[in-house]
Amino acid sequence: MIPEIGEFALIIAFFLSVVLALVPMYGASTANDMWMSYAKPLAMGQFLFVIISFVCLGYAFSQDDFSVVYVAQHSNSQMPIQFKLSAIWGGHEGSLLLWALILTGWTFAVSRFSKALPLDMLARVLSVMGIVATGFISFLLITSSPFARYLPRFPADGADLNPLLQDFGLIVHPPMLYMGYVGFSVAFAFAIAALLSGRMDAAWARWARPWTNIAWAFLGMGITLGSWWAYYELGWGGWWFWDPVENASLMPWLVGTALVHSLAATEKRGVFKSWTLLLAIFAFSLSLLGTFLVRSGVLTSVHAFASDPERGFFILMLLAVTMGGSLTLYALKAPNVKSESSFSWLSREVLLLVNNVFLTVMAITVLLGTLYPLLIDALGQGKISVGPPYFNAVFVPIMCTMALAMGVSIAVRWRETTLQSVLNKLWKPAVLSILIGLGFPFIYGNGFDARVFLGISVGLWIISTVGTEFIGKFRNTQSITNRLRQLPLSYYGMMVAHVGVAVTAIGITLVTSYSEERDMSMHKGDTVEIAGYQFTFQGTHVVKGANYMADQATIEVVEDGQPVATLRPEKRRYNVKNAMMTEADIDASLFRDLYVALGEPLEQGAWAVRMHYKPYVRWLWLGGILMALGGLLTVADKRYRQSSPNQEARHA
Amino acid sequence: MPRVLLFVPLLLFMILAGFLWKGLSIDPRELPSALIDKPFPEFSLASLQQPDRILTKQDFLGQPVIVNVWATWCPSCRQEHEQLLVIDQTGEIPIIGLNYKDERDLALQWLQQLGNPYQFNIFDEQGMLGLDLGVYGAPETYLLDAQGIVRHRYVGVLTAQDWQELKLMIKGWDSVKN
Repeated sequence: MIPEIGEFALIIAFFLSVVLALVPMYGASTANDMWMSYAKPLAMGQFLFVIISFVCLGYAFSQDDFSVVYVAQHSNSQMPIQFKLSAIWGGHEGSLLLWALILTGWTFAVSRFSKALPLDMLARVLSVMGIVATGFISFLLITSSPFARYLPRFPADGADLNPLLQDFGLIVHPPMLYMGYVGFSVAFAFAIAALLSGRMDAAWARWARPWTNIAWAFLGMGITLGSWWAYYELGWGGWWFWDPVENASLMPWLVGTALVHSLAATEKRGVFKSWTLLLAIFAFSLSLLGTFLVRSGVLTSVHAFASDPERGFFILMLLAVTMGGSLTLYALKAPNVKSESSFSWLSREVLLLVNNVFLTVMAITVLLGTLYPLLIDALGQGKISVGPPYFNAVFVPIMCTMALAMGVSIAVRWRETTLQSVLNKLWKPAVLSILIGLGFPFIYGNGFDARVFLGISVGLWIISTVGTEFIGKFRNTQSITNRLRQLPLSYYGMMVAHVGVAVTAIGITLVTSYSEERDMSMHKGDTVEIAGYQFTFQGTHVVKGANYMADQATIEVVEDGQPVATLRPEKRRYNVKNAMMTEADIDASLFRDLYVALGEPLEQGAWAVRMHYKPYVRWLWLGGILMALGGLLTVADKRYRQSSPNQEARHA
Repeated sequence: MPRVLLFVPLLLFMILAGFLWKGLSIDPRELPSALIDKPFPEFSLASLQQPDRILTKQDFLGQPVIVNVWATWCPSCRQEHEQLLVIDQTGEIPIIGLNYKDERDLALQWLQQLGNPYQFNIFDEQGMLGLDLGVYGAPETYLLDAQGIVRHRYVGVLTAQDWQELKLMIKGWDSVKN
């Protein structure tokens, strides 16, 4: 009964989204206030019924209702309750339902928190989001209903969730990532509304900006969590694999980063409008493309969800309608959008343009690398291989150049700056970062290392230019606390996010250059030394989990005679699927991780044990967190909470 | 800006959509290779385990073999490894490894830790043999007959089901001979 209610609620949500897609949009084009005012209640109703549907599916999981096909395939009565619930998005149908839930949630949020928005703008934005919701809910209903039943005979127990997914990572990573993906639909809807109404001024940018920054922050957080999850769960210490599914999330993030910056220029100076619109369209389109790549089975990947061509076809149609439609609209209407001011060759505008070009090139690089196998195949044949060597070769130089531009952009003002003033500000950070970059590999490592020099210098360059600029703000001020309070939150957000980039860059450099690892066959009592730490294997014993049995090893780690940690990695066998899982154990700290994973049992009670020493690996995720935090800080800025769009807040 | 330029994004998208459309009708796991029914390319590369031994095509002619392209940077290869060990244990067909764009130390460690299902490994550090073969990622698996003719290609992780298929194919050749 409950699953049928879920299905029924989804059907009602579908009809509400159809009405939302049509009525307020028509109202806006005919200036009919009553029709436009339907947008808000429809957005609320749509969200409500998708919530009901989602709760019904959650109920079916918590009650072990294995007559529901989706539950039987992704759950098992022995699974702990938190994994039963997160198994809702452990497969295709449920992830789509989560997609729909988040999409309607964003729509509802826009309808609630846009008091400053004129009615026609709000009606258009919500209608565009209604169009997207119509597409996705019909996709759910037609090809991938999570409520289909096994009747009359259903299995006594479920097939269990993939053990890789039975982890805290599954609980948080997908929702966070989807918040980002789907969040870009708001920026997309704002862009379409701007094209339709021909209104694209500083006020428009100020409405669109907070939504874009929030979505961008969530997406960044989702990617960071995914990387951290892969690191500890896959059991071999890697944190990024250039896997098609990872790339699918990286592309919208890169374009989203460009969009965040381009919107800043549009809001402050009224420039790059047409470009901002295009980026908004592309950020969301790439989210859809990511969904297509993952769901259609066009590319093979470690994430390998069940895929089928019918679903791929449906998403391709969705993509064709949203992207084809919006790009046509763009081509026809963009000439109406004019830039409002001019700028010289050395100005923040130009540096933001440089940033945009680099980020777009990176996104295209990832897109090509990801799609290359597909393109070549569709053309009949091909002879080029793509893997991490390709991505690393292209990414590292672009990243370094962009980091240099980041430092310069901080010191440059809007409109125009003299070369002399920029040089005055920048020579100290430049000398400082080069010197420390040169010295670091001698002190920390054992001898010069070009990679470390580059990474450290680039990271310090960003931090020191941000620091110099920040200190410069206090030059002619009496009260430091007053000045601290005067600076807008969006300024703090920008600094935090830029420092985040530097922290990630330093983390990547050091962990790739100074990691050490050993694979050893170890008997009870054996000791191995890695990077000054002695790892002693104390043997294994059997432990029993809720739905698995495991051999758990005990490994004592000692440094200079002082005990540092006791690590307990496990080799688990999950009962239902009879699948083996390596559960690594990690002693984490800010400057180094000690990472131990169990390999295979060998003769006479010995085990293959893999031990890693990973310096500064936490920095890479810490940087990701800082970037997301920066994005959120800018949104908290008070100028986005002003009710009247006429008051220009002039900070920079 | 000329108005025509504004249509460029739309045009690019339409081209992309065309490719995606085509991609849907292709099974990504069974891409026909340009080399199907053609001889395996000639090569002369060092062995992974014995750097001073030079391997050529002559080293595996005379019997059907599987050539498996792998690398330590490839997470799917790790997933596939179990299945290769299973195939090796049946002793029905030798597996030749093609270690692709990899680092020797890492690759040797891998074999030591996960077990070695390969008769020997061709060390293709520059990816030149991979280029001749038309490899575009790892893992990939090629089935060769006794004359060294490429008969089949699998892209992605080789599954237990693929192995059943492969066995049937090899049995088919045997029955033709008898």
